[in-house]
Amino acid sequence: METVLTTHFADERYRGIDGYRGKGGYGALRKCVSMPREAIVEEVKKANLRGRGGAGFPAGVKWGFLPKDLSRPRVLVVNADEGEPGTFKDRLILSHGPHLLLEGIAIACYALSIHRAYIYIRGEYAREARILEEAMEEARAAGFLGKDVLGTGFDLEVTLHRGAGAYICGEETSTINSLEGKRGWPRLKPPFPAVVGAFGLPTLVNNVETLCNVPWILENGGERFAALGCEKNGGTRLVGVSGPVVRPGIYELPANANLKNVIFDVAGGLRDGKALKAVIPGGSSTPVLRADEIDVTFDIETMAKAGTMAGTCGVIVIPEGTCMVRALSVLMNFYAHESCGQCTPCREGTGWLKLVVGRIEAGQGRPGDVELVLDVCDNMAGKTICALADAAVMPAQSFIGKFRGEFDRHIAEGKCPFGNRF
Amino acid sequence: MPNLTINGVAVSVPEGTTILSAAKQVGIHIPHYCYHTHLSVAGNCRMCQVEVEKFPKLQTACSTVATEGMVVRTDTEAVRKAVRGALEFLLIHHPIDCPICDQAGECGLQDYYMTVGLHKSRYPLGDKIHKKKVQDAGSGIVLDAERCILCSRCVRFLEEVTGTRELQFFRRGDHSEISFFPGRPIDNHYAGNLADICPVGALTSRDFRFRCRVWFLKSAESICTGCARGCNIEAHFHEGVLYRYKPRVNDAVNRAWMCDFGRMEYRKANEARLLAPFVRENGVEKEMPWGALMPQVAQRLSDAVRTHGADTVAVIASPQLSNEELFLVRHFASDLLGTMNLAFTRRAPEDGFSDDFLIHPDKNPNSAGARLLGIPGEEAFHAVAGRISRGEIRALVIFGNVLGAFSEKGTLELLSKAPFIVQVGTNEGVVSRAAHAVLPSASFVERGGTFVNCDGRLQRFRAGFAPRGKARNTIEILVDLGNRLGAGWSFSGEESVFRALSRSEAPFRGMTYGSIGSLGREVKR
Repeated sequence: METVLTTHFADERYRGIDGYRGKGGYGALRKCVSMPREAIVEEVKKANLRGRGGAGFPAGVKWGFLPKDLSRPRVLVVNADEGEPGTFKDRLILSHGPHLLLEGIAIACYALSIHRAYIYIRGEYAREARILEEAMEEARAAGFLGKDVLGTGFDLEVTLHRGAGAYICGEETSTINSLEGKRGWPRLKPPFPAVVGAFGLPTLVNNVETLCNVPWILENGGERFAALGCEKNGGTRLVGVSGPVVRPGIYELPANANLKNVIFDVAGGLRDGKALKAVIPGGSSTPVLRADEIDVTFDIETMAKAGTMAGTCGVIVIPEGTCMVRALSVLMNFYAHESCGQCTPCREGTGWLKLVVGRIEAGQGRPGDVELVLDVCDNMAGKTICALADAAVMPAQSFIGKFRGEFDRHIAEGKCPFGNRF
Repeated sequence: MPNLTINGVAVSVPEGTTILSAAKQVGIHIPHYCYHTHLSVAGNCRMCQVEVEKFPKLQTACSTVATEGMVVRTDTEAVRKAVRGALEFLLIHHPIDCPICDQAGECGLQDYYMTVGLHKSRYPLGDKIHKKKVQDAGSGIVLDAERCILCSRCVRFLEEVTGTRELQFFRRGDHSEISFFPGRPIDNHYAGNLADICPVGALTSRDFRFRCRVWFLKSAESICTGCARGCNIEAHFHEGVLYRYKPRVNDAVNRAWMCDFGRMEYRKANEARLLAPFVRENGVEKEMPWGALMPQVAQRLSDAVRTHGADTVAVIASPQLSNEELFLVRHFASDLLGTMNLAFTRRAPEDGFSDDFLIHPDKNPNSAGARLLGIPGEEAFHAVAGRISRGEIRALVIFGNVLGAFSEKGTLELLSKAPFIVQVGTNEGVVSRAAHAVLPSASFVERGGTFVNCDGRLQRFRAGFAPRGKARNTIEILVDLGNRLGAGWSFSGEESVFRALSRSEAPFRGMTYGSIGSLGREVKR
């Protein structure tokens, strides 16, 4: 199978600029600077590259949202604030192929006449930040970044900004606020970042993985990239498998890889002869699937039809014997802890969900508690500035929807039937 | 001009109008906490969610701009549930300490609970998150983090209006709270507005707390007398006591705000009041009924004119007086006493504290009005003061308690040179300690009239309640005294004086109380 991103990740030297260039690195950038700018954007559109940050928005279309008028400087913000539980794909890229990202940034900026790029990296990714900083030094010294890129007269300043540990700062307008030194609160839209973004300027926000596909697309052509995947979902996805499988890790697979195959073939199935109970397919906020529902492909439309989302392709494998109430309780703790506190339904609702799911798990649930959880979810879903409320609601609704019996048993028996104790 | 319908009611609004404002135009109230007419849009309370045709989700009316053909509904089950849900969320950790909360009676939580809530609590009392109560937030503001609904109005006010940014959000999720950095409490001259804009009992005024339940308060449209800006205010009072000022929206003057100095001016209506007329004989004060005192005062004044000439009589006016009062004062001095010794003097010199927003250096509400009515200011006052100090003034009428920049000692020394002094004043002070006859006048909330502010805007203030004690309206005092000196005035109330004034005084010509309205208008220049 052809790979786009991870082809040389096994080679340690690929992390350095010489190793990267030895594999043809920065060749795409060199090619791009002699191309008309619109042709670069056109290639990305043809590639059917979908955003890899979770929402799956077509990247070429998003690039096209930047105003045509160049009188105001525009900004690229690279979202490296990977925080979705179950997701660790960008981390792999940052530690193994930092120049891939820098080349992607350089091409995107050149194509869109952007002279200022900010990489907003998750605070906990200290090692990755160090690697990236070294790579940026190397790229500057080699003339791929900084003043007069490749002698074209095009200037590109890239700044690395480390976050301070908030999940919400991965939401693009929150990223921008945090980057500006403000509290990491999502912004009310419109205006969208493409019009008023970082420092009030037109801004493009792209995920790390999204941008890393760009050099390959320009090297090999958008159509070839599109052909790696399926309709509307070009290229490959970095699928992260976590949980008790034989070979957990990140796998680069076609964008329409089958979830069941990923778990049972690619990752080698469950360890110690465990049976599969459930799967969260695309990071913790995507609706859970029962074991009998996983014969689906990762392309965004198929996942949506199956009632869930491809999200970040962070597959969380849940084995038989796991208490789903406990699992949900863990997730609810996470969202309550990470709610930024800006809008009422999420600020108060996530805490309330944590409280009620927690008491059900602790054997102190009351009749009506499950209905209460669902009603609180209903009062949150789609009623906030950003999607974090939905991110908390989707697991709650799907865990109850698919494993209702376990919740009812907790309440009826006044204890966790799986023997979990707090 | 987009045309839209809200609950089936057609409305046409200017480009850029939000659904919330459009709804207001047709009398449909959309609940809100974070939205404030004079602050940026935050969209975080989620109380103003409405249904808009063709939008998959509910939209916030405060942030959604009305467009042509929009179909908005605020009365569907989905909207009701979302709004009730948002209110329920806001209340789950709320301490419900209304009986000891100063906001009770004007609280957004109480009001919306009664109109859109009325739900039973589904949240266990023991699981409520507690936060710090009764914190001294500085500048007379008390912060109760537990009552706060985190609407961010205060944060935006301090960012967008004062630029001082003392209050911020701290922590995250349901532990979020409004607070300030250690040792850096609120420190600006507009802090009182925070208690006004806080829709709940989280920010309250230390000055007003626990002094009166708000449902007892009545309100009168007034003008702040603290400086020449003339901020539009509401005066809140109960049983003859003035309790507080709140700014009244006037975009031409003070927008929605007022300063903390002006806010404390209300105290003058309550404290150190002159409440009964009296005379001072051989240094001893003796209360005397109006009916007995007024003929004596009139007699003394006319005697002085007759015996020593009009040049020996002087009148010192005050820019704390209304245009109507000043108009009568001028006639009283020039026509009835026939003296040229007329001047106004001010409560603080021109170089009083000021800023680049509302606080004006002239600490008087009507210096501009006095000038427009032809009453000379400081220079003329110094000429009059010179005549007093040389013993040339036999009878002196003083309005108010201040003689320019004279110290207390200087004032007493000056006044000792005049054998007869009448004071018309509201509060005790150095002049009332020297005057031979003291005529107590109504405070600014006990009388009505007009002022002209520093920008030449004619504004009206209205009486809230009848003068306290035996104090009388200044116009009444002037008419009474004037008629005893042969004026033949038949004025009754400030409006009748204004009618005469607007006939004879060019800057006010053709104006009526009706044309001034509640927001005032520019005088002619």
